[in-house]
Amino acid sequence: MSSVATPAPTSRRRRRSRLQRRQERLAWLLLVPALAVVAFVAIYPLGKTIYQSFTNQEFLAGIEPTKWVGLQNYRDLWHDATFRSSVWETIKFTLITVSFEFVLGMIIALVVNSNFKGRGAMRAAMLVPWAIPTVVAAQMWKWMFDDVFGVINDAGVRLHILHHSVAWISQPSTALASVSAVDIWKTTPFVALLLLAGLQVIPRDLYEAADVDGASKWQQFWRITLPLLRPAILVTLIFRTLDALRVFDVFYVFYGNRPDTQTMASYAQSTIVGDGHVGYGSAISVAIFLIIGLFVVIYVTFMRVTEE
Amino acid sequence: MSTVAEATRTVERPVSRGRWLRRTPLGRFVTKLPFWLLIAAIFIYAIFPFYWAIRSAFTPESELFRTPVDYFPKHPTLANFRGALSTSTFQHALINSTIVAGSVTLLALAIGSLAAYALGRFRFRGRAAVLYLMLSMTIFPQIAILGALYTMITRFHLYDSLLALILSYMIFTLPFTVWVLTSFMRGLPGDLEEAAYVDGATPLQVFYKVLLPLIAPGLVTTGLLAFIAAWNEYLYALSFIQTPDKYTVTLAITTFQGKSGFQQPWGEIMAATVIVTLPLIVATLILQRRILAGLTAGAVKG
Repeated sequence: MSSVATPAPTSRRRRRSRLQRRQERLAWLLLVPALAVVAFVAIYPLGKTIYQSFTNQEFLAGIEPTKWVGLQNYRDLWHDATFRSSVWETIKFTLITVSFEFVLGMIIALVVNSNFKGRGAMRAAMLVPWAIPTVVAAQMWKWMFDDVFGVINDAGVRLHILHHSVAWISQPSTALASVSAVDIWKTTPFVALLLLAGLQVIPRDLYEAADVDGASKWQQFWRITLPLLRPAILVTLIFRTLDALRVFDVFYVFYGNRPDTQTMASYAQSTIVGDGHVGYGSAISVAIFLIIGLFVVIYVTFMRVTEE
Repeated sequence: MSTVAEATRTVERPVSRGRWLRRTPLGRFVTKLPFWLLIAAIFIYAIFPFYWAIRSAFTPESELFRTPVDYFPKHPTLANFRGALSTSTFQHALINSTIVAGSVTLLALAIGSLAAYALGRFRFRGRAAVLYLMLSMTIFPQIAILGALYTMITRFHLYDSLLALILSYMIFTLPFTVWVLTSFMRGLPGDLEEAAYVDGATPLQVFYKVLLPLIAPGLVTTGLLAFIAAWNEYLYALSFIQTPDKYTVTLAITTFQGKSGFQQPWGEIMAATVIVTLPLIVATLILQRRILAGLTAGAVKG
């Protein structure tokens, strides 16, 4: 891909034929609609959000004239206890879900990668949680977690795991775990499918050779599977982390704007739309963007370091 | 092949017992048992919540709110489905979501395939830059631009309109569509295109007469993925829509209200979730292989 796109040296550029120039013009022409849309719905709004974050803009115009306030919003944000707890809540959620999804996804991928009858049905079943909208999945689990009529309490009591019914969602000690359970259920199969795609391109003769050399399956996993799977693992982890950091749907369906269970995204949304503090909310949005960017940088440098 | 089953089998054990486990049918069954239990556990884990939604949708309200819980409806009924479908909010929501997701899909495919044609079949300076731009857009957090979109949408008088959703949903559908369709375009052999040019076809004719039919499978897959993404969206719908008549399905499902106000109408909510989800699941299962290919093209190759 990069070989095609490298700029031609100057001596050759003069010799570019008319046909080539026409092709180039046509290519850009074909790209105009896509670039226009991206500029209009992503790049311009991003710039505008950053600009708004330096103002005291309110949604209901007329309360106060919008004016430039410099870094005031960011200074307020730094001392905002709700924002801090929302960042912490989001990071805890990310750590819990990504690690569970990765470990469970890996186990599932290894199991499904072996030959057994019904493997096709298994794969189909794995796509079911993925196809269910997050909001719908959240509602389904909310009902399963119901403190009186929920199946989780019923099964727990029947199997003597629980002594009595638990108010999973409203009780602060289990709140985060119950939201995480929804995300883990919905996304683990997807993680497994991504890892499975990576597993299937590992050449089989490597394992055969390892068998001949007398390596145990456990050694084969650590010495062959894991190193060769590393690109797939890293990409999966990055995608999942970025997704988890911007989580909104599950939390909102479970808790609305309950202050102790807000994520960064739900705090930004309620500040902008609920309270109409567009300026301050934009600052929260930018902060989220920076935090997510920080994670990307950490991952990318980590990838570079391990590649060397 | 490193399977969990094989891993458990090769654990060191006394020779005589090992031989018994390997030789006799019962022994083989015993060694395979943990593996099958694991398979069953994974299968149930993946399916059970959806099964639970289905069973709750078919259970009459009188049996739904009762302990101990029945794991299978004793008197299956369609009342919950009738109840859900008779609400005007939910009826509107089904239509609205179809309009929004359908328009988003068509727009993304039309604009995206043109861009993919340029990126996949032409050499020009700036090509890599555009590709990287599209790739970085696929991981763009939607919340990061909510503040600006909110003011833009009110400025253009699009607040509380489906058009606001159609436009804003392009953020997460178009870059992905461009990215995946480009990889499809690039995979096509060059000779057909050359033959068409020799016959005097224009580049646009080559595009829609030769290339587009060839990437039809790619269009179907990316189209379905875009449709699902738009159908499932919640954050923007919640922020830009106010009137219940304009709700999308995700909004309708989270604001379901029963005839009696005191208890959440879980039977009807579950019926609605089944109605909303079933088409997606059926389409996904039909196009299973292609979706897997599309997802891995979008994620793993990135």
